Amino acid sequence: MIISRKKFLKLTGISMLAATGERIAESLAGTAPSAGPGSPRALTAKRWAMVIDLQKCAREDGCTACIDACHRTHNVPDIDNRAHEIKWIWKEEFKHAFPSAHNEYQAEHIESLPVLLLCNHCDNPPCVRVCPTQATWKREEDGIVMMDWHRCIGCRYCMAACPYGSRSFNWIDPRNDIAQLNPDFPTRTKGVVEKCTFCDTRLAKGELPACVEACPQDAIFFGDLDDAGSEIRQLLKSEYAIRRKPELGTKPEIYYIV
Amino acid sequence: MFMFEKALTGSRKYWTWIACLAAVVFLAFLAYLRQLDVGLGISGMSRDVTWGIYIAQFTFFVGVAASAVMVVLPYYLHNYKAFGRVTILGEFLAISSVTMCALFIFVDMGQPARVLNVLLYPTLNSPMFWDMVSLGGYFLLNAVIALVTLSAERKGIAPPKWIKPVIILSIPWAISIHTVTAFLYSGLPGRSFWLTAILAPRFLASAFASGPSLLILLCLLIRRLTGYDVGKEALRKLAVIVTYGMILNVFFLLMEIFTAFYSKIPEHMEHFHYLFAGLEGRDALVPWMWTSVLLAAVSLVLLMTPRFRNNQTLLPVICIVVFLSLWIDKGLGLVVGGFIPSPLGAITEYAPTLYEISITLGIFAIGFLMVTVFYKIALSVREQYTQ
Repeated sequence: MIISRKKFLKLTGISMLAATGERIAESLAGTAPSAGPGSPRALTAKRWAMVIDLQKCAREDGCTACIDACHRTHNVPDIDNRAHEIKWIWKEEFKHAFPSAHNEYQAEHIESLPVLLLCNHCDNPPCVRVCPTQATWKREEDGIVMMDWHRCIGCRYCMAACPYGSRSFNWIDPRNDIAQLNPDFPTRTKGVVEKCTFCDTRLAKGELPACVEACPQDAIFFGDLDDAGSEIRQLLKSEYAIRRKPELGTKPEIYYIV
Repeated sequence: MFMFEKALTGSRKYWTWIACLAAVVFLAFLAYLRQLDVGLGISGMSRDVTWGIYIAQFTFFVGVAASAVMVVLPYYLHNYKAFGRVTILGEFLAISSVTMCALFIFVDMGQPARVLNVLLYPTLNSPMFWDMVSLGGYFLLNAVIALVTLSAERKGIAPPKWIKPVIILSIPWAISIHTVTAFLYSGLPGRSFWLTAILAPRFLASAFASGPSLLILLCLLIRRLTGYDVGKEALRKLAVIVTYGMILNVFFLLMEIFTAFYSKIPEHMEHFHYLFAGLEGRDALVPWMWTSVLLAAVSLVLLMTPRFRNNQTLLPVICIVVFLSLWIDKGLGLVVGGFIPSPLGAITEYAPTLYEISITLGIFAIGFLMVTVFYKIALSVREQYTQ
């Protein structure tokens, strides 16, 4: 069959239109193939937040169940060089996590109490304020501070702005240091910033964050801060909880029960 | 291109100099290809010290660019005739410096291919967006001003009237580029070293000392090489500007130190501690910072004594002392010092790698190349006119 140039252009035009139309129809009908936040199984909240019980967390010495689960789920590389390491969730001694609560006569078991650190998903995030491309942003519907690894230009301004050291930059190609690849989660390229995203993809499938699920002591609680009946709201009502550097006005949403 | 033919004829010395610079640029290009391939992991930066010599040089040269206002303002606003032969040199220095700044930002990007995302998704709440706008605008303003006034001069006519408001606009614009650059740093919670309202004024003061110092050095150099003399009066006035800039800079720095050390708020003191005494035995920057202090003190004595300041053989030495002192302070200590200690109290030191140094030198060479070519064009036009 011989097709004239004109006819060819007409045909390609029509098929492109058809493809676009299908997309629009799909998004209108909400039948996008992946289970997004709109899927019926998805866990939703007005304001996701986390409460970590430090005493429970410290019960098992040297436990890294949540860290392993998170890093395995999200293809976080295990890089030997401290300068280049990527961490989404990790442990730090109490005196470093809460420098203003430190005093030199404090009991050693408090000073060196391991504290789980991760992105605070601030209500007023400085990283989002400074990002020149909106590659990191606060999700309107549930307050999660998100990251777009395809838009990030790697300027690292967010890392300078974060007062918690919660962000990591891919100084080298991370793919060589992933022990076991999880095919269900994207790997990153060199030159972009990454961090915890409160497991937005798991929430969309109706699953709790990987760290919460993996904790053998049930020390990590995750829920809706906006819902007065939620478990985390009950905990915050009954226990004394602190946040990291609240004086900076960032409104961090990770609460620690000491 | 516009008057570019003037840069294509030159002595053997001229071409040797151009070739040397081109060689440095080429080596830097090879180093950059390696960085592009491996990633910024080839630098000395780390998870704790996320900005290094690239961003520090960017910050320093924004100051040099802004300092052109110190010749433009007296000449065009106050009709100070003595700057008639130096103003065009200041403007071309500004254009070259802004270009260097853009390159320093570019080589610092983890994903340089995506850098236009800044324009594709303009984000009004990000100082980095505004920095791009103000630097781009400043480049355009100076390019238009320099080319229009120079081509009018070549034709032996007065520059068009519309250029005057453009020149006036370039004056506050120069202040804005360094103010916005200071805002990149001074609005970050948790980075106490930079979280200070005096950062922008301090940036400007140091710029008005380091920029004119460099300009004096360039003027003296071209006088020796080409015989083009900006005039004794202009050099003296520039030295006075350097004097005031340096005094203000040191004054502002002492105010920072007073606030930090009289209030005794640990997080405001610890960065100064790291820079000037070291923390936990780590003190890589200490010798540098004290060198900067020593040079600043020497330069103040020399600058504030008219006998030394007006001495034509001593002037280049004074300018080098000022420039080095401020380069260490701003092109090294200010950016790196803000990251040490880290928000978690870690003391991770930073030193640039050979790759970083090569790339940095390459960008310096591009700056020199631009200054050389621009000055060649400007001087050729003037020679022709005066003949």
